[in-house]
Amino acid sequence: MKFVIKDCALIPIATGKSARTLRELRHLLESIEAESIYYHFWGNLLKPRFDDPEFNNDFAAWAKHALHDGAIAEKLAVIDPTDFTDIEDLRHEIIDIIEESLFGDDSIHLCQRDEKFNFITSQILVFNTDTVVENPKELTALLPKLPVSSIFYHFIDARRRTPEHIDDFRAWLSGMNGKFTKLIEELANVDPYFSPLPVLRDRLSEIFADYDWSD
Amino acid sequence: MSGLLEKYNDVVGEDVIGQLRELADNVGEISVVHVNSTKYGGGVAEILAKLVPMMNELGIRTSWEVIEGDEDFYQTTKSFHNALQGNIVEIPDAMLRNYERINERNAEALRDKLESADIVFIHDPQPAPLLKMTPKRKGKWVWRCHIDASRPFRPVWKYLRNFVVEYDASIFSLANFAQNLPHMQFLIPPSIDPISDKNIELPANEIKSVYKEFGIDPERPLISQISRFDRFKDPVGVIWAYKIAKKFLPGLQLILAGGDAADDPEGAAVIEEVRMAECGDPDIHILLLPPDAHRKINAIQRASDLVLQKSIREGFGLTVAEALWKHKAVIGGNTGGIRLQIFNHHTGFLVDSPEGAALRIRYLLFNRDILRQMGEKGHHFVKNNFLITRHLREYLTVILSLLHSEFSRIVIG
Repeated sequence: MKFVIKDCALIPIATGKSARTLRELRHLLESIEAESIYYHFWGNLLKPRFDDPEFNNDFAAWAKHALHDGAIAEKLAVIDPTDFTDIEDLRHEIIDIIEESLFGDDSIHLCQRDEKFNFITSQILVFNTDTVVENPKELTALLPKLPVSSIFYHFIDARRRTPEHIDDFRAWLSGMNGKFTKLIEELANVDPYFSPLPVLRDRLSEIFADYDWSD
Repeated sequence: MSGLLEKYNDVVGEDVIGQLRELADNVGEISVVHVNSTKYGGGVAEILAKLVPMMNELGIRTSWEVIEGDEDFYQTTKSFHNALQGNIVEIPDAMLRNYERINERNAEALRDKLESADIVFIHDPQPAPLLKMTPKRKGKWVWRCHIDASRPFRPVWKYLRNFVVEYDASIFSLANFAQNLPHMQFLIPPSIDPISDKNIELPANEIKSVYKEFGIDPERPLISQISRFDRFKDPVGVIWAYKIAKKFLPGLQLILAGGDAADDPEGAAVIEEVRMAECGDPDIHILLLPPDAHRKINAIQRASDLVLQKSIREGFGLTVAEALWKHKAVIGGNTGGIRLQIFNHHTGFLVDSPEGAALRIRYLLFNRDILRQMGEKGHHFVKNNFLITRHLREYLTVILSLLHSEFSRIVIG
């Protein structure tokens, strides 16, 4: 079975919906398309940014920087989207956290007009590269050179495509009669969410480079 | 590889160009037309002058058409521009009818090209009515708004919206600029061109010539802001920041450079305010430069120790990317697109007051290693995110998106 290396682009699209208060955000969250929630959690990885951003999702960053509400920002920041295989469960988790915060708090934090939360959705465009891998060992040389968008496609986007909600590398290796169990375990231990994509690429490259292929 | 792509290959690397080629191969044999209202001058023409030949080199048949208008037409479209940026502008009906007539005339002249194109990009409001006037069009039409339309003057936007609403998609530079429209609104930030006169690497002697020409002491620190003399760019705030910082850095020098505002009464008033704030300080250099002084501006930015863009309101603020590209840390106003380019302690500092700017000037000029590190980071950041090659990649992805009907996931090949 061959592994076809693909690449992708996440195309941001404005929804035209925006919020200036936590209450408005909560209200819009009920009906905003699932793709938008995905984008505000995962799209950051493909956006211009530096290592170790203060907040990994846009909701938390907005609560802190536009509403100046540190407590709700921290509660939203702690959400790990990898805990939710269904985006609707993730939506409910965010709404629950916001409702808890709104309960008993009659004050209204209104952000500046140019700091409103703009709901963005996205399209993912997947395209072929000319690279096909037949033997997993070939990935050792290939991975360090892959564009980060390709890492995004195979390691992150894969989790919403594969039936087991795992990355493409593990899905591929799993079909090889238990030959690469240890490698699969090591890949399963990589946290896809809390590292920028170049760091994620380095970690994956390291795992393939350190693997004992004589096993 | 030949021509332009080869030049960019030297700057951004073959991986980036390779990715463009892969995308272009997937686009296939289609024809694309860009339409705007000027061949020379202004950011849109600068971008198209490179984007169009690059698309052709990638094998996509692309042409660039420029509509023609009379004086009233350009007066009207200048009013549109101001209104989209939030100014209250009254435009007489007769001027609007003339705007429509001119567009009808241009639609007639361009009819064959517009009707047969697979993809048409209409840039800004000037040619926006062309879609309504091309009923036999076969392709997809995209309205590309380069203007900060975050707070448009409603009556004018309502008029323009009538022309825009039927497009298949629109493109805005920031989410804040997007409008309530019934089609997909793609978000594509603008970009800088690394091989243009404004940004190209300069020989050391050309950079040094700035010192002599403007009476700058090369042994003392120099900070600069290159911007129109406009209150939103806060040039007076820059002078305050400089004066506070100078108490700790007595040798500090400042260049404030912008256009000469000959036909702009508001600009002239701001220059007057700047001169009053200057108070005869010989280390403040106010330069009124001609619009084509790109290499000079490039040299001033490169000669500076750090660059400011202390805007209190800003569209995207590409001068920040230009300075970062030249390995300069930037202290910028905490507003608009500047927030997408300056990351505190990484590429510079976002500030909300002249005092904040002064504090950061002092910090960076006393910590030269940090200043240098930020400059390096800034250069790489722009290289990865704000060069014209990224801009082109996103145009190609928009084209691919329009050629496929799926919404959330488009798989090609």
